[in-house]
Amino acid sequence: MSPDHKPILVIGGGIAGMTAAVEAAEVGYPVVLVEKEPSLGGRVVRSHRYFPKMCPPTCGFEINTRRIRGNPNIEVHTMATVEEVSGDVGAFRARIKKNPRYVTGDVSIDDSVVEQLTSDRPNEFNMGLDTTKGLYYPHTAAYPPLHVVDKEALSDGDVAVLTEACPPGALDMDMAEEEFTIDVGAVIVATGWKGYDPGNLPNLGFDRCPDVITNLIMERLAAPNGPTGGKILRPSNGEAPTNVAFVQCAGSRDENHLPYCSAVCCMASLKQARYIREAYPDAKVTVFYIDVRTLGRLEKFYYELVEDENITFVKGKVAEINEDPETHELILEVEDTVAGERPDSRFDMVVLATGIVPNTADSPIPLELDYDDYGFLNGATGVEGVFAAGCATHPCDVSRTTKESTAAALKAIQCLNRG
Amino acid sequence: MEEKIGVFICSGYGIAEALDIDALCNVATSEFSVPFCEVVDTCEGPGLDIIREKILSEGLTKVVIGGISPRKYADNAFPEGVIVEPVGLREQVVWPLPPDDEDTQMAAEDYLRMYIAKVKGMEPLEPFQPEEEINKDILVVGGGVAGLTAAVEAADAGYQVRLVEKAEALGGWLAKQHKSIPTQTPFQDLEDTGVDELIGEVEGSDKIQVYTSAHTSEIKGAPGLFDVTLSSTGNGKPEGEVVDQFRVGAIVQATGWKPNDPRKNLPYGDLEDVVLNVDLEAMVKESGKITRPSDGKEAKTIAFLQCGGCTNKEHHSYCSSICCMTSLKQAMYLREADEDAKAFIFYEFMRTPGLYEDFYRKAQDDAGIFLTRGDVAEVTKNGNGSLKITAKDTMVGEEIEVEVDLVVLAAGMIPNAADGEAIRLLEDAKVTVVEGDSEAKKEAAAQTIEELGHHEGTEILNLGYRQGPDLPSLEYGFPDSHFICFPYESRRTGIYPTGAAREPMDGSGSKEDATGAALKAIQCVEMTSRGEAVHPRAGDQSYPDFMMSRCTKCKRCTEECPFGVLNEENDGTPLLQATRCRRCGTCMGACPERIISFKDFSVNIVNEMIKAVEVPEEWDEKPRILVLACENDAFPALDLLGQNGMKGSPWIRVIPIRCLGSVNIVWITQAMSQGFDGVILMGCKYGDDYQCHFIKGSELASVREKNVREKLEQMAMDVERVELHQLQIDEYDKLPAIFENFDELIEDIGYNPFKGM
Repeated sequence: MSPDHKPILVIGGGIAGMTAAVEAAEVGYPVVLVEKEPSLGGRVVRSHRYFPKMCPPTCGFEINTRRIRGNPNIEVHTMATVEEVSGDVGAFRARIKKNPRYVTGDVSIDDSVVEQLTSDRPNEFNMGLDTTKGLYYPHTAAYPPLHVVDKEALSDGDVAVLTEACPPGALDMDMAEEEFTIDVGAVIVATGWKGYDPGNLPNLGFDRCPDVITNLIMERLAAPNGPTGGKILRPSNGEAPTNVAFVQCAGSRDENHLPYCSAVCCMASLKQARYIREAYPDAKVTVFYIDVRTLGRLEKFYYELVEDENITFVKGKVAEINEDPETHELILEVEDTVAGERPDSRFDMVVLATGIVPNTADSPIPLELDYDDYGFLNGATGVEGVFAAGCATHPCDVSRTTKESTAAALKAIQCLNRG
Repeated sequence: MEEKIGVFICSGYGIAEALDIDALCNVATSEFSVPFCEVVDTCEGPGLDIIREKILSEGLTKVVIGGISPRKYADNAFPEGVIVEPVGLREQVVWPLPPDDEDTQMAAEDYLRMYIAKVKGMEPLEPFQPEEEINKDILVVGGGVAGLTAAVEAADAGYQVRLVEKAEALGGWLAKQHKSIPTQTPFQDLEDTGVDELIGEVEGSDKIQVYTSAHTSEIKGAPGLFDVTLSSTGNGKPEGEVVDQFRVGAIVQATGWKPNDPRKNLPYGDLEDVVLNVDLEAMVKESGKITRPSDGKEAKTIAFLQCGGCTNKEHHSYCSSICCMTSLKQAMYLREADEDAKAFIFYEFMRTPGLYEDFYRKAQDDAGIFLTRGDVAEVTKNGNGSLKITAKDTMVGEEIEVEVDLVVLAAGMIPNAADGEAIRLLEDAKVTVVEGDSEAKKEAAAQTIEELGHHEGTEILNLGYRQGPDLPSLEYGFPDSHFICFPYESRRTGIYPTGAAREPMDGSGSKEDATGAALKAIQCVEMTSRGEAVHPRAGDQSYPDFMMSRCTKCKRCTEECPFGVLNEENDGTPLLQATRCRRCGTCMGACPERIISFKDFSVNIVNEMIKAVEVPEEWDEKPRILVLACENDAFPALDLLGQNGMKGSPWIRVIPIRCLGSVNIVWITQAMSQGFDGVILMGCKYGDDYQCHFIKGSELASVREKNVREKLEQMAMDVERVELHQLQIDEYDKLPAIFENFDELIEDIGYNPFKGM
């Protein structure tokens, strides 16, 4: 333990930030972890399963939250953003803004209170596919395990219900936005990513055809704590899909959209093909790809799917998707298919493998850093003592992310020791 | 300090509405004569403050809080040195069971009994401190890009490093490269390898001691206490001569890779002008030119065959991840030297993930690089000395032929790692073949020798571990544990494989990987010096204690420990190397004599918890089922059941345990002899895609199920009364069915005949 060290500031509480925080803290260094959402976990807790083991991300999340709970070196701020960073390596000063949760955390709130509310607000955890009340629990595995109030979403009646039904001391509706500064020795940027906006791909019909969904939506549909309780259903009619197409590189590897490869979408689609095959033993799946990029030991996962007679792999880029107005089937136009392969071009559900966009592309952190053309912090960040990890640096999967975060933790520790 | 037990019962969270709080207090004060019992409104925030104050003012040493789940508390929420066990009455009783109900009340009272019994058996933890001082130096094995980086990064964090390389010079494959693929934005131009600078940093560091032409001929001991012997590999000094002996705290294994030469599998593999990518690299590095081995003529046209020219899965069961980029790079060597030169790349999938796509695009834009998705059917030698390639272009469906000067096979990577487990099995088999007590055993041993013989002489680390001289390997010979969230986990505490020895990766990936591995090694020595466990029970200060006077030397603990913690004396006596321990309790589950205990988790403590349950008589028609649940996954799933408003079973009594591997059969027999109608074991998935955080724990529980069956049969008990379920943390929705099926089973086979005896 080095109480005389300044802490490491970790920006972002997804798997990258959580990993960097616990790895540094377990060596013995203090860490301040700042997350903008009400709960830690970022993208990974929104995933149903990890490839290739098909294991639930909440399992590793449970271990990581236990490591955080058990470690006095880590200070967690949720609903918080870093507004300003000044200074130099070893002596940065960060200004943190904390939005009010209105829930004190002193007394927990029973879900029976939530049930009495009338308000509805889009549930961002489920990509807006369902709603929550104005008082809600972020998600089943939420850490910190606290409800949160969206004050603007509460109706007048709701406010009365909360006053009446919440245990005394549970809420503080006068809670104000809070700002404070902390002195830190090093900064780790672990701000993660978001999915590429399928609205930018009008040819692929996401906005026109209800049964065209994205890979991120598929994760929520498959998850037991998702909007459908884990049932993968066609949004148009709530029926089980029988014939599903995966459209790879929906925006990625495309100079008009994301020129780079998003690195995880091949494996993500193969994993989702397994969701479908496990849920619906008769369903058929077709994967339209440019290259199947299942690197390293992940190749085995691809080989296993190739053996499945209900799964077809077709090399070709999908140019357009239209809905048959009568049958509501989705019709795919496919370019560059391998000679001789004539896929059935009609499907009842299409999953767009949309890619990874760094969050720093449109919300850079308040420091002059060397972003690349895409908004990634690839390589040195340009400021000594500031390091990046995970999808803030380049598109990468969870395993790679945790490696980078572990490495970033050491780089940060080196700065504290020098300072 | 004199023991004083205190009980807090929380009346908040609907607990007071669902349960009879006075009756609960009565359990504590009357049944257990607990000297202190108080009801609190909440057990968080101000309620927690009150609890903390009372603990101190009352001088309580052991505390049970009947309130919310232990998962809601920080480890440092309570005064130091006081044993506090929160019982999730809310999550385990109030939420999943009907309020104001006799059976619900019975469950709550039983949990209180169980946890009072638990704290009674627990003792305060004292962190493990060996007699000798913990050494914090880091040993890096391997002087390639990963090893050099690990050494530099650990030294830069202030640690002393010993770096050992078997070759005469540092640098590994990186030093054999002409140029590197681009490592940074904009991913266009080939880069200098930077190997000289990296070696310079290592050699210039006063914290790094470098040994070349040496290998680890012996590593004894444990984290913080590894005693290393280095011996000469024969350059300069006689081979085998001891070079140095020293102690280190943790080890980074950066032993790299070797090419997977596919030529023996190819009909054209013996043609002289069919070379490997590594040969081409060496050629350019040495001479700056690419020439044909057959006649020394400069090669102007080259065909690169990806996946080593063979698509069969026997040869390429995994993708080596970097060969696509390497071939693109080598095509650029050719093109940069001569604008008329042509490179043909035949591939199945072009794998340039992430930002490497920009590099691929550069190659696509080069008119002299021809990228063909196709299968190469044949390579033959022409009269003029060139090679003719016949391939099927799978995009246009046509046969194509090209004539080239040289064929380069993109050979994949095989890890330089030995399979310690296999070597150990081989050693054991060699003894059995001679000394085995039956012909059948001798035959089986001979079979083992045939199957594993190729591991002989492959040792790298030469660990003095009962379970073998190297890390056990997982798929394809890679020595890591293949956890997605925790990729550095290995099965030998304090030894972290990195770089291409751990999984196929490129140079820049190796640097990053090695930096992380250095962190893990440093973390291990720091945690060990504080007497704490490393991941996954990070920070745990308990450790196993062996009552050696009762040991029968059965070797089950030494064989079953997933982490090779225990060595053996010649007579089979287990030798605990405590700093290797991950605290899963698998040894405790294995021990038939029940001599292994942790201060806060032991066969006895769990037995006392089981005994504390009041089992109703048969005519009450209230079955009791003991659930032993993995505390990381199954136990949270049980919490989530109630949290999600689903129905639980009033008949179950749940005891969270560290791992299914820690389940001692005596708990099952105790429950059965006490009148429980069944036992459900809930742990993580095992098998190829195992999810057990202790790797083998849940699998061992399944293996031990056989013993459980035998035991039940001896007791004249239906074997169906014990079930093992593999349950993931998010599979809480499966729990109601598991409980209902068990109820039906008991209806079928009847109550435990021992009830009330």
